[in-house]
Amino acid sequence: MLHISKVSKMFNPGTPDEKIALMNINLHLNPGDFVTVIGSNGAGKSTLMNIISGVMAPDHGEVHISGTAVQSLPEYRRSRWIGRVFQDPMAGTAPRMTIEENLAIAYARGKQRGLSFGVTKRKRAFFYEQLQRLGIGLENRLHAKVGLLSGGERQALSLLMATFTEPQILLLDEHTAALDPSRAELITTLTENIVKDMKLTTLMVTHNMDQAIRLGNRLIMMDKGRIILDINEERKKTLTVSQLLGEFEQISGNALSDDRVVLG
Amino acid sequence: MASALLGAVESGLLYALMAIGVYITFRILDFPDLTVDGSFTTGGAIAAVMVSQGYSPVLASLCAFIGGLAAGACTGLLHTKGKINGLLSGILMMIALYSINMRIMGKPNMSLLGTDTLFTAISPLYLMPFVVIVIGGLLVCFLHTDLGLAVRATGDNARMIRSFGAHTDNTTILGVSLANGLVALSGSLITQQTGFADMSMGIGMIVIGLASVIIGEAIFGARSVLRAILAAVLGSIVYRIIVAFALRVEWLDASDLKLITAVIVIVALFLPSVQRRLKQNKVAKKRSAELASMTFEQPKGGERNASHF
Repeated sequence: MLHISKVSKMFNPGTPDEKIALMNINLHLNPGDFVTVIGSNGAGKSTLMNIISGVMAPDHGEVHISGTAVQSLPEYRRSRWIGRVFQDPMAGTAPRMTIEENLAIAYARGKQRGLSFGVTKRKRAFFYEQLQRLGIGLENRLHAKVGLLSGGERQALSLLMATFTEPQILLLDEHTAALDPSRAELITTLTENIVKDMKLTTLMVTHNMDQAIRLGNRLIMMDKGRIILDINEERKKTLTVSQLLGEFEQISGNALSDDRVVLG
Repeated sequence: MASALLGAVESGLLYALMAIGVYITFRILDFPDLTVDGSFTTGGAIAAVMVSQGYSPVLASLCAFIGGLAAGACTGLLHTKGKINGLLSGILMMIALYSINMRIMGKPNMSLLGTDTLFTAISPLYLMPFVVIVIGGLLVCFLHTDLGLAVRATGDNARMIRSFGAHTDNTTILGVSLANGLVALSGSLITQQTGFADMSMGIGMIVIGLASVIIGEAIFGARSVLRAILAAVLGSIVYRIIVAFALRVEWLDASDLKLITAVIVIVALFLPSVQRRLKQNKVAKKRSAELASMTFEQPKGGERNASHF
């Protein structure tokens, strides 16, 4: 489904600020895989997301989605395969537009945008039904401006917008990190249910160790631009947070340093 | 007085299309586009030349619209593909258009006396409401299509709309062209109504457009796209009424108009932020007074407890 081979990325090459963000990364996701990604600050997690979604082009290597080489396609052309939720709850929605207009924009992902109305009666019924799945009452506020929603509500809407058109790949970039614990829990549960129901191939970056172990069928750990640990479903079932941290120290030689790390 | 008021409504309607254009760039795309000063004249120049050569006024107005589209597309290209700052690309285009407009007209000003224009047979007061409603209606519809939603999202959250597969360069160029097309159309209508085109007719147009949009929003609100476009139209009319009153003040000259316009815009931009600050200060004072009185009571409670021991 997603195949990344020998991808490298460097920032500010040839200057004193030169930084290797990704070094020779190989990663293969099977259809339906739900992979959680953890790692220290600057490990390259977000760069990996940006390279998959096309915000950045890799210096080297190839990215294949469903057999198509996409590494040279710009972000807006890759979006037909990729659904994405950002860390910032403000990033995934347009605040001055209504909930149904935002959903209509998401609905048009991967299609040619023409001169037919964005919100039709039929689509509105579909949006209503989809919003009900979130269970937070947004279906009764279709005409409300998204800017009026709370961070948690906006993130739930972003999650729905990224997934309801069944993308080939779902990228979640610390999408619960900016929320308070109870809202983060709600979004985590929604994520789990949606991914399971729709069998989405998912890559989720998180700084919550417990979440990383609890969710998904595979866990990878990154450090200094490399994948240093790849834990399969069998081992993940018995894994604990302290084992995970110990493993990290053993391989990288340092303690895991993420200023926002949540040990769960 | 009544005739002055009717005159104000008439020119307000003629300038309304320009105000709608400014609304598209300034509010929807969040892109302060100074091309307007040049493209307004471009529209006037194209209409003047074509009408005086005997072409149909409708065709002339259409060509003016297309000329504006082209000018706007150039600004959009400079900004998106050339990565030039938005304000600067507008200024560059405005200066370039000065020479182009001169080429179109061939002379600094041109009279249309004695030629047939759109308004020869029917007064603007009857024709313009119809024109503004049709164009405004079409625009409202467009802004609710899939493409129109993408244009609106470009100004609202460009990163988000890119992640949903719209090419924001294209939507920006589309929006800026459309805006300048409307501005040029407005210029062509003004030329046909006054029977006169002049190189300097577009100077300060962007500020007049902003004034109309801001006044309209302040009075009529801008909760939906329909409301906002209606507000731009009504704002344009109110602006002309304010100008008509200002001109009746004895110690003001017609040349003071631009200063008055600038002052209106400054006040309109300044007032809301002052209001907000004052309100915030008031709430903050009240809240901190509340909190202070609470902390003041606590030690009292402590003392009482202490005396029990």
